[in-house]
Amino acid sequence: MTDFLNAFIVLANFVLVPGIAYGSQLALGALGVTLIFAILRFTNIAHGDTMAFGAMITIFVTWALQAAGVSIDPLPTALLALPVGIAATAVLVLATDRFVYQFYRKQKVEPVMLLIVSVGVMFVMNGLVRFIIGPDDQRFTDGERFIISSRTFKEMTGLAEGLAIKTTQGITVVTAILTVAALFWFLNRTRMGKSMRAYSDNEDLALLSGINPERVVAVTWVIVAALATIAGVLYGLDKSFKPFTYFHLLLPVFAAAIVGGLGNPLGAIAGGFVIAFSEVTLTYAFKRVIGYLVPEGMEPSGLVQLLATDYKFAVSFAILVIVLLFKPTGLFAGKNT
Amino acid sequence: MSTPFLNADSMTGGYGAADILHGCTLSVDKGQIAVIVGPNGAGKSTAMKAVFGMLNLREGKVTLGGQDITHLSPQQRVHLGMGFVPQTHNIFTSMTVQENLEMGAFIRTDDFRGTMDQVFELFPILHEKRNQAAGELSGGQRQQVAVGRALMTKPTVLMLDEPTAGVSPIVMDELFDRIIEVARTGISILMVEQNARQALEIADKGYVLVQGRNRYTDTGAALLADPDVRKSFLGG
Repeated sequence: MTDFLNAFIVLANFVLVPGIAYGSQLALGALGVTLIFAILRFTNIAHGDTMAFGAMITIFVTWALQAAGVSIDPLPTALLALPVGIAATAVLVLATDRFVYQFYRKQKVEPVMLLIVSVGVMFVMNGLVRFIIGPDDQRFTDGERFIISSRTFKEMTGLAEGLAIKTTQGITVVTAILTVAALFWFLNRTRMGKSMRAYSDNEDLALLSGINPERVVAVTWVIVAALATIAGVLYGLDKSFKPFTYFHLLLPVFAAAIVGGLGNPLGAIAGGFVIAFSEVTLTYAFKRVIGYLVPEGMEPSGLVQLLATDYKFAVSFAILVIVLLFKPTGLFAGKNT
Repeated sequence: MSTPFLNADSMTGGYGAADILHGCTLSVDKGQIAVIVGPNGAGKSTAMKAVFGMLNLREGKVTLGGQDITHLSPQQRVHLGMGFVPQTHNIFTSMTVQENLEMGAFIRTDDFRGTMDQVFELFPILHEKRNQAAGELSGGQRQQVAVGRALMTKPTVLMLDEPTAGVSPIVMDELFDRIIEVARTGISILMVEQNARQALEIADKGYVLVQGRNRYTDTGAALLADPDVRKSFLGG
């Protein structure tokens, strides 16, 4: 029995907890991608760098607050800086829309053209972020490091294995739940949210009903800015902030959005967790878990790791290809273009 | 004779360089039902779109209650009291029936619950299914949602593009009954119909269009009685 418990704790410590936290971050990122796809009808390649920009502003404000001695210990100061980051990102994406996307939208260009345009926007944002904060790793986490540390857990339970839950992981999950709840409340209960869904569902009929498309687009960008910044900051708190990792994050975020069904918010959340758990599970070495479960002397000699962690992006790619081959609309039927 | 409430006079125009409508005239008075019939490709739907401002007219003009609306956008016409039910894609499939009606009332800033109750009274089945996604309903029910959505703005003119397309004959009769009921409340109805005979039976005014021109114009009953119209367009 203790062996079984130990095995479970190892699994929880290295797969479940990190998977849930990472899944929440991907889900928030994928929600942003999916909203843009549903309402502006294009695939926003610049989303990863929008996340980086939001995180960067939040980091600067965090540093300023830390320098001024403001603290909400045991919570990280970054949470206090988050609204400023969201506001700045909203201004950036609204300006981008006004000066770039709107021009193409008026011409009613094909979605693929907007996709290419967003590649350009991505390069600009990417450059902007690296120009301002530099390409290096930045740490901005403060406050209490663990909700429960491995040692406390061992002392509490008397088990050989410890379960550590980082504060950032706890914050990630709680923030993600609150954000998603607020988003769904907005989309399903408010007049503005409903008009966004109507516009996404049937653009022509929405126009006939007197829904103002430019207003829908602007509100969408603000929401996307909030989602991207929250996702970016949570990821940065949990791991660390490096502009280039956010560019890399684009792949799992897209995979999550597509696996769930592009344009479907529920699907984006499910997709986030599917991708996160696949990545974590396939690259985890199960040696210790199995060691506890099999009789003595039968422990595996190898690591029992399906893929080296270097290949974690291949997991997103593989899942993406499989879904596109067998269920192109995603797990939850999304929008067709 | 005074000008009818909605009057589209000698409309000429099309989508591109070639004209589809050639001096087509349509009109409908308060509480009347006007029906446009004609063979495929006669420009019936195009004429409707022209009246609603979804097409650029080279000649002719459209007036609503004496006001010239020829150069107004469809959205502006909605604000002036015109409601339009397109032939296809006329509901928000992923939204509930009630949300569809709410979106129909989007331009209204006053309390629209009374209007929604009226729509539910007209189409009781919609009240029963108000929390169901509109895309899950049957063809006839979807058309009711579409008409209900357009009624939410309390329009003075309701334009229907083939409201009975793809619904069973029984449902069709029922829809026609409902349309008569709507007209009795004082709303003018202009509609395009494939089922010419049934539509003309309820029409105060009938237009037979051929190649974008008015071929016959009379009361519905007179057109039904006209041997030429019967022979050419009503199958004898």
